[in-house]
Amino acid sequence: MYDTIIIGAGMSGLAAGIRLAHYDQKVCILEKHWTIGGLNSFYRLAGRDFDVGLHAVTNFTPPGTKKGPLARLLRQLRFKWEDFELSPQLGSAIAFPGVRLGFTNDIDFLRSEIRRAFPGEVDNFERMLTLLADYDDLNQDNFGGSAREFLQDTLGDALLIEMLLCPLMWYGNARQDDMDFGQFCIMFRSIFLEGFARPYKGVRLILKHLVRRFRALGGELKLRSGVERIQTDGDRALGVILEDGTVIEGKRILSSAGIIETQRLCDDLTEQAIDRSGQLTFIESISVLDRQPKELGFGDTIVFFNDSDKFHWQRPESSLCDTRTGVICSPNNYAYPNDLGQLDEGVIRLTTIADFDSWSGLDDAEYQRQKMWWYDRSVASAVRFMPDFRGHVIATDIFTPKTIRRFTSHQNGAVYGAPDKKLDGTTHLRNLFLCGTDQGFVGIIGAIVSGISMANMHCLRDV
Amino acid sequence: MGPAEIRDEIIDILSEIAPDEDLSDLDDEKSFREQMELDSMDFLDIVMELRKRHRVQIPEEEYGELASMSSTVRYLEPKMADI
Repeated sequence: MYDTIIIGAGMSGLAAGIRLAHYDQKVCILEKHWTIGGLNSFYRLAGRDFDVGLHAVTNFTPPGTKKGPLARLLRQLRFKWEDFELSPQLGSAIAFPGVRLGFTNDIDFLRSEIRRAFPGEVDNFERMLTLLADYDDLNQDNFGGSAREFLQDTLGDALLIEMLLCPLMWYGNARQDDMDFGQFCIMFRSIFLEGFARPYKGVRLILKHLVRRFRALGGELKLRSGVERIQTDGDRALGVILEDGTVIEGKRILSSAGIIETQRLCDDLTEQAIDRSGQLTFIESISVLDRQPKELGFGDTIVFFNDSDKFHWQRPESSLCDTRTGVICSPNNYAYPNDLGQLDEGVIRLTTIADFDSWSGLDDAEYQRQKMWWYDRSVASAVRFMPDFRGHVIATDIFTPKTIRRFTSHQNGAVYGAPDKKLDGTTHLRNLFLCGTDQGFVGIIGAIVSGISMANMHCLRDV
Repeated sequence: MGPAEIRDEIIDILSEIAPDEDLSDLDDEKSFREQMELDSMDFLDIVMELRKRHRVQIPEEEYGELASMSSTVRYLEPKMADI
């Protein structure tokens, strides 16, 4: 009998596992896949190391910072700031037709960009920063509400609103068109007030630290152990049955599989009682270049582009992808320490909105053909906002909503999960709780904080 | 444990939670929150570490007793006298 069974060895599950094992619980993490990480996993292809989802670790704050999610998680998991080897971004941009707003890990730079591009909005922007500073991410009372309405009440310029929403929605909005106010505040802080960073070795470095610590504390990790059912009795979960028939009992279960996916595992729920799933998913291409992106004139870390004055954050209706907007990221363009130098090869990552059903309906041959077709289309769209790198590509890889589904188990390959979050992590069962994407926090740091806070709130107090 | 030992133990817990913090000039009368910017999660950690190390149980409604070093030591003295 385990004190806690954790479903999923992603960032949130591993972080929760560390907390519980540290306080002497008997903990087991069950991972469906053959490797750890979930959405933030990594792989090796043709001799090269790739990250699955990582563009940037958001919520970056420098060493010695006492406030904010990064400082909080380091204290809670007993890591040193240096352990995550985070190197800050060089600088990023939001690019719309004819107007570009740069931003760095210093909010004053965005301030100066607003003064340059939207001089009439300087005071409104300051007022907005003051309002956002009051938002407490540990208090969930003000989470609901429309971010668009808030922005329309605070800022005057419609284009500035679209430009600010673009990166925030791209990096963490599970809802189409609009965004929950709380999610907006959390994302604004994590991207504009804190910032972007990346470990030289990518996401595997962070995962390695987490899994090593979990094991050192006596935690058990079972890979290739997909959960088939959660067994229930009245209002309680008894344990899980794995896909191979193994029965595992636990006093409580913490699931990072997502709201809908977790509900589907419960043997007491009918299809009607299940929440609605998310719709937003992506394709992502990785282009390996024959030189550093800087040598082609691309020095930005991340560029969020949109090709009209209106930002469309929607599932494509009648197409596999929507290339009007996208995110360009170069893992080369971080300020890595001098002793490590630069990554060996130049890399451009490009993310494009996609439709899960269209992709999953393709047969194998057509799936491969469409991957190549949409690689070309999405890159052609991106090079309108960056130097054309197409003559320098020596290798590519593309993943689709089907890949995301495989790594995360999320319905529809929904990257940011379901639109309706369960901020307190509770479910219809007394001893089954959620952590990870559908509990509310996104990004690597957000996912880790989610695992920590749900472990603290639901799994530690009543022992 | 006497008050001095309890204080040492709390310092040890705080240095585990916040390894970068210089605790040598901690003011015992001032709140931890003010001096170290500890949040509710950190206070839970102090409680959990005391439970883990010494089996001391602190009910949630009494977490407020742990506001400063002197109030913490005062509160823990009867609970840790026999340890």
